[in-house]
Amino acid sequence: MRYLPLTQDDRQAMLATISAGSIDELFRDVPEDAVLDGPVAGLPLHASEMAVERHMAALAAKNLSAGAAPFFIGAGAYRHHIPASVDHLIQRGEFLTAYTPYQPEIAQGTLQVLFEFQTQVARLLGTDIANASMYDGSTACWEAIAMAGRITRRKRAVLSGGLHPHYAETAKTMARFTGDALAARVPVLVPEPDDAEVIAAIDAETSCVVVQYPDVLGRIPDLAAIAEAAHAQGALLVAVVTEPVALGLLEAPGALGADIVVGEGQALGVGLQFGGPYLGLFGCREKFVRQMPGRLCGQTVDADGRRGFVLTLSTREQHIRREKATSNICTNSGLCALAFSIHMTLLGGEGLAKLARINHARARRTADALSVLPGVSVLNSAYFNEFTVLVPGEARVVVQALADRGVLGGVSFGRLYPHAPELAGAMLVTATETTADEDIAALVAALQEVLP
Amino acid sequence: MNAPNPSGWRPSIGIDSSEEIAVKTASGDRGLALEESLIFELGATGKCGVDFDPPSAEPLPGLAKFLRAAPLDLPGLTEPETVRHYTRLSRQNYAIDLGPFPLGSCTMKHNPRLNEKVARMPGFGDIHPLQPRRTVSGAYEAIAQLADWLLALTGMASIALSPKAGAHGELCGLLCIRAALEARGDPREVVLVPESAHGTNPATAAFAGYRVENIPATPEGRVDLAALKARLGPDVAGVMITNPNTCGLFEPDMKIISQVVHEAGGFVYCDGANFNAIVGRVRPGDLGIDAMHINLHKTFSTPHGGGGPGSGPVVLSVALAPFAPLPMVRRDATGVARLIEESDATGTGHDSFGRMAAFHGQMGMFTRALTYILSHGADGLRQVAEDAVLNANYVLRSLEDVLDAPFAASGPCMHEALFSDFGLAEGFSTIDIAKGLIDEGFHPMTVYFPLVVHGAMLVEPTETESKAGLDRFIASLRSLAERGRAGDEALKSAPHFAPRRRLDETQAARKPVLVWKAEG
Repeated sequence: MRYLPLTQDDRQAMLATISAGSIDELFRDVPEDAVLDGPVAGLPLHASEMAVERHMAALAAKNLSAGAAPFFIGAGAYRHHIPASVDHLIQRGEFLTAYTPYQPEIAQGTLQVLFEFQTQVARLLGTDIANASMYDGSTACWEAIAMAGRITRRKRAVLSGGLHPHYAETAKTMARFTGDALAARVPVLVPEPDDAEVIAAIDAETSCVVVQYPDVLGRIPDLAAIAEAAHAQGALLVAVVTEPVALGLLEAPGALGADIVVGEGQALGVGLQFGGPYLGLFGCREKFVRQMPGRLCGQTVDADGRRGFVLTLSTREQHIRREKATSNICTNSGLCALAFSIHMTLLGGEGLAKLARINHARARRTADALSVLPGVSVLNSAYFNEFTVLVPGEARVVVQALADRGVLGGVSFGRLYPHAPELAGAMLVTATETTADEDIAALVAALQEVLP
Repeated sequence: MNAPNPSGWRPSIGIDSSEEIAVKTASGDRGLALEESLIFELGATGKCGVDFDPPSAEPLPGLAKFLRAAPLDLPGLTEPETVRHYTRLSRQNYAIDLGPFPLGSCTMKHNPRLNEKVARMPGFGDIHPLQPRRTVSGAYEAIAQLADWLLALTGMASIALSPKAGAHGELCGLLCIRAALEARGDPREVVLVPESAHGTNPATAAFAGYRVENIPATPEGRVDLAALKARLGPDVAGVMITNPNTCGLFEPDMKIISQVVHEAGGFVYCDGANFNAIVGRVRPGDLGIDAMHINLHKTFSTPHGGGGPGSGPVVLSVALAPFAPLPMVRRDATGVARLIEESDATGTGHDSFGRMAAFHGQMGMFTRALTYILSHGADGLRQVAEDAVLNANYVLRSLEDVLDAPFAASGPCMHEALFSDFGLAEGFSTIDIAKGLIDEGFHPMTVYFPLVVHGAMLVEPTETESKAGLDRFIASLRSLAERGRAGDEALKSAPHFAPRRRLDETQAARKPVLVWKAEG
């Protein structure tokens, strides 16, 4: 077996050293009737690298990859061009095969990356500080709600209807078990986001309002107005960003008054990967630092006075505080944070702004091309790189029919909200810098075939 | 210093520095020991390593009020500068690719590169989680194949694949237990956790809304069965047991534990962090457990990446299976793998406790783990457990004369060897041994965990270390143990040869500097 270095002679010599007659002796604590006397029955035996690669390649070949089709899917996971150097650098063994940096003297590479990442994220989100990552945007969102509860000592959160339904469902799952109350709603197909309804739902018991920016219909809420209303009641504003590229163009949520900003960092450096692993971004005001979940990297000095970095404030964390920890999170998304950070370094602030403008321009081009089709209209008054399209009939059927023609044309709200028939005629269409004019033409042509 | 030094090279800094000619370089670098500034000191906002065509349209008029007031202040670098920055930083890291990484409980084994290649195939790496199902049938099939293997290896009834790491898997298991108890109208408040448990266990139980009570360990390093029995009652929702446990020992009473917990109406959660010790030799399902997470980034070799991503699928008993989170991939009557996002006509998912995260799990980890599993096969996986356990016992017996091994008399260990700091000279502790290992060119073992052993040193060599490599590691650890027993002062200031000396963690925590700010 190519991954196992011990030879049969090694094994015999080692058994002799430890005075054991056989390997079986080492498993003597296992109850006899629970010991398997050979390899698990009915399963294949070991295979060569070539054979395994062939098997996996055959499975991969059954999937239509985004790069092989006109592609307009977003809704919380975005396809962007990732510079070749990003994937090269994250595959350096020193990054790829290192552990969480518990021994800082020999982990300064990872630690400095995390410090740079935290700074990049904080500046992007407009927050004072940021942590070293969470699993993904949806779990970061729940952690933010839980954190707001600890800070305000209130247990009622108001969720905007524009919050990604998976994020809202994740929060509902947790709230059911923690006793938090969530005021959530299904979005309404109108051009403007539900700022007024959200503001009206805030009361003196509200811990936080959770608002996605841009929202799941692609609309852009007025965070400053919501922040003001929340703060007037002693509640916090949690802003959720599922497309960080938008912040190259749009004002940072922290600058608009958001107290906690969480996000999905997948769009930069990480890739689609069928939903994971992704990258949870988490930033907040500095005064909340001791209520934050997750790892934090901080600057310090070594015994010779040289600058260095360590994991810090770990008295918040499970391995120290156990049941009193701010979260149970341990392993997070270190390598995805590295990919995000490298991509962000390649871009810089100006590069991200350019990338954002191109994304928006591609979305405009797409929206303009679709809105001239008979029976088709674009809902939004404003959007960044995705927008809601109203089609005649069921959007779910339209999306399927497009896929039959080799076009990945968007996400139907029927799939996102299976229990909301009033949304069935809408779909979310996304464009990025990867969207070519030919892709738009292919989408338009396929829609013309599909629509009555 | 008695470390082997065949080249005769002597460091210019470190414990012998008083005897050295001080060599100061103008750059601050020393040969291949390269320092690296922060991107905020190297880059500029206007610098960019990506070329763009100009945008083809101006922003929508409706967007004007949302635009940034000031440019985003983030430094950029060109591609050559970027590659150099991260390559130089990478050289300040220790990694499995450089040598043994014997962190107990963490299972730092070799990460096969075929796994990386497969995960990057466009048919896996470049597909969207919300693509129409018929365009991603191969992805569902890959997930189902992984599920088939994990169920066969664990002997369990069902599986939830969406948890994103071990602790998230623990949460999944506990939420299944809560949902099951609530479904039978018997909500309970307490989860019992042995004091030797990983910190995530009590943290997860609290996160899931339970009160946590500790169960003591016996002097032999096992769960105190009598204490557990005495505490069971109608308020106990379940117990969380790590098996093999964090002392590196198999819990021989596991079946009895499962039985008494079930008799008391509770459920048994097994922390599967240490599954590597028994994969292919013992099926946890045969021990009567109800739920167990599997860290794909431990037993199934997906890379740790400096702190994740992980993946924590949870296998479930018949009793808990109906409550598994949505979405789920299941084979239909004809064997075709399908994604179930909502409870379907057959009732699958009807009792699900709900969604744990957006989309449906860590696909990038699934493809890597499946590749690893297919490479090993049923025979290779069994060999994994055997070699992992053999390597750990070899370390244990090779060092028990110089390092205190508190449970050595309990018999063979499983996949990790546990030592304490007993016997070290006055004023010397585990941290000095650990930092000394850094100078020896090794990553330290897990230190000060489990908490039930004073100055614990938990060594998990894994099966991917050769005998020659283990002999080198043992020789170094033996030398350090002897120096620690003799009170060699130079150990107190180790490491001397790492990119940094010991770092001031107190200062870091007292006045946290978490983001870079320009000086002045």
